[in-house]
Amino acid sequence: MENYRTAYERLELIRHKNRPTIRDYIPLVFTDFYEMHGDRLYGDDGAVIGGVARLDGRPVTVIAEVKGRDINENKKCNFAMPHPEGYRKALRLAKQAEKFHRPVICFIDTPGAFCGIAAEERGQGEAIARNIADFMTLRTPIVSIVLGEGGSGGALALGVCDELAMLENAVYSVISPRGFASILWKDASREEEACNIMKITAEDLVSLGVAESIIEEPLGGAHNDLDKISENIKEYLSHIIPEKCKKDIDVLLKERYTKFRKIGEFSE
Amino acid sequence: MLEDFFNVVRKRFNDDDDKAAPENQVFKCPRCQSQVPLGRYEELNRVCPECNYHGRLSARARIAITADKDSFVEYDADMISCNPIDFPDYEEKQAELRDSTGLRDAIVTGEAKIKGSSVVLGVMDSRFMMASMGSVVGEKIARAFERAQEKNLPVIMFTASGGARMQEGIVSLMQMAKTSGAVKLHSDNGGLYITVLTDPTTGGVTASFASLGDIIIAEPKILVGFAGRRVIEGTIKQRLPDDFQLAEFMQEKGFVDMIVERRKMRSTLSHLLKLHGYTE
Repeated sequence: MENYRTAYERLELIRHKNRPTIRDYIPLVFTDFYEMHGDRLYGDDGAVIGGVARLDGRPVTVIAEVKGRDINENKKCNFAMPHPEGYRKALRLAKQAEKFHRPVICFIDTPGAFCGIAAEERGQGEAIARNIADFMTLRTPIVSIVLGEGGSGGALALGVCDELAMLENAVYSVISPRGFASILWKDASREEEACNIMKITAEDLVSLGVAESIIEEPLGGAHNDLDKISENIKEYLSHIIPEKCKKDIDVLLKERYTKFRKIGEFSE
Repeated sequence: MLEDFFNVVRKRFNDDDDKAAPENQVFKCPRCQSQVPLGRYEELNRVCPECNYHGRLSARARIAITADKDSFVEYDADMISCNPIDFPDYEEKQAELRDSTGLRDAIVTGEAKIKGSSVVLGVMDSRFMMASMGSVVGEKIARAFERAQEKNLPVIMFTASGGARMQEGIVSLMQMAKTSGAVKLHSDNGGLYITVLTDPTTGGVTASFASLGDIIIAEPKILVGFAGRRVIEGTIKQRLPDDFQLAEFMQEKGFVDMIVERRKMRSTLSHLLKLHGYTE
């Protein structure tokens, strides 16, 4: 692995215009993917896609945040910034997976939940909160993978899981480094400095107990070899999904709660 | 884009401190500009007699007007935060705030009685780093719900927060999962959870335990939302209407059950507790 990259260099890498998105990975990792649309409450959010598919023949539910690679794609997926209906679609599909005893695989790739009037009016906070709470007790295995950017609550809404993996260059943070600099130092141009102190890389997250696994990227980053990175993702899932499916569900839920329950540093 | 989440909420009104009112001082209402004797404003528990503006209350003052006299027993009073991402000067900043506010962090939790009904109570205090949620807030809330579940007690949370505590990085984000998970287990066990939204409730707190109450109450005209107003204005390049994200707006949109004035809060809570079978 190329661990010498700074957090900021990784941020630049995952913003590379040829960085693969979930739409590139799905046909190479899964078979028989059928996309399902809509939250059954308001609409269909293009920033989140989901559906059923097979992983090594096993039915699974796939839920993912979608980045676009050109202006038309980005218009459709809103630069991967979901509205509440995106999170509610995710929850609907997760509950469908629970009903039919399929594991859930979430792919996180978002700068964050969208900030706008409509998002507030339709309860962005409530939608994220509901996903976090309901994923915590969803009676089927959940594995999440951060593909590129894991931006705050918008990422966590698909990030309550039994195991979290990061692509080698992916980052996951409480706020965008730019936002961090802007709020704490009132200077958004200090993005690079923020990036490098925020502890947002895959290795940082493993050491903080937030992530469990790192999926290796091809030399120079995922965009250099789509087949290879897809193979690595598939290899990881082919190993972890059967392992989680074998566990007694009550044990799994207890471990899922404990994983998050123990994160935090305090003294008393 | 995400600044919203964590945005330290813009102080819409002057932050009034929590000191006793010296005589002859006046309170100038930030909403209606009326001048009211400070003593009178304090007597009304920081509500403007002219326009019903509800000022911010300290956690201790809130407990005093909510719980039965001398009934509050605090949990985890000595818990303080470490510095999980080694953020520069974070320890010093906290130490200063501990001295100036008498708080250890941004929430006080414990057990109390409200007109005889036992409850687990949590009250956030915006004077401590805008009541942002870091390890201590997350841990105290999770423990509060777990203890409530063990004892079959209802939980009442008075929320106020600028969101996640950025100085704790990703660890603060994970407190959203920790608290929401604890709320969910308490709820699945049949426990009642009442949220009281107070000024301001935003960001990661709105996007976790504050939005998960069986009953969601708000004080009048308080700010409640996910994204910061300035961030949204920056995104849409236009000014938002004045009532945007006020409690009344959120009620109209379907996210708040009732708006209750401070002077009626204790009796409202007591009635709701008793309606759910939590009697003396």
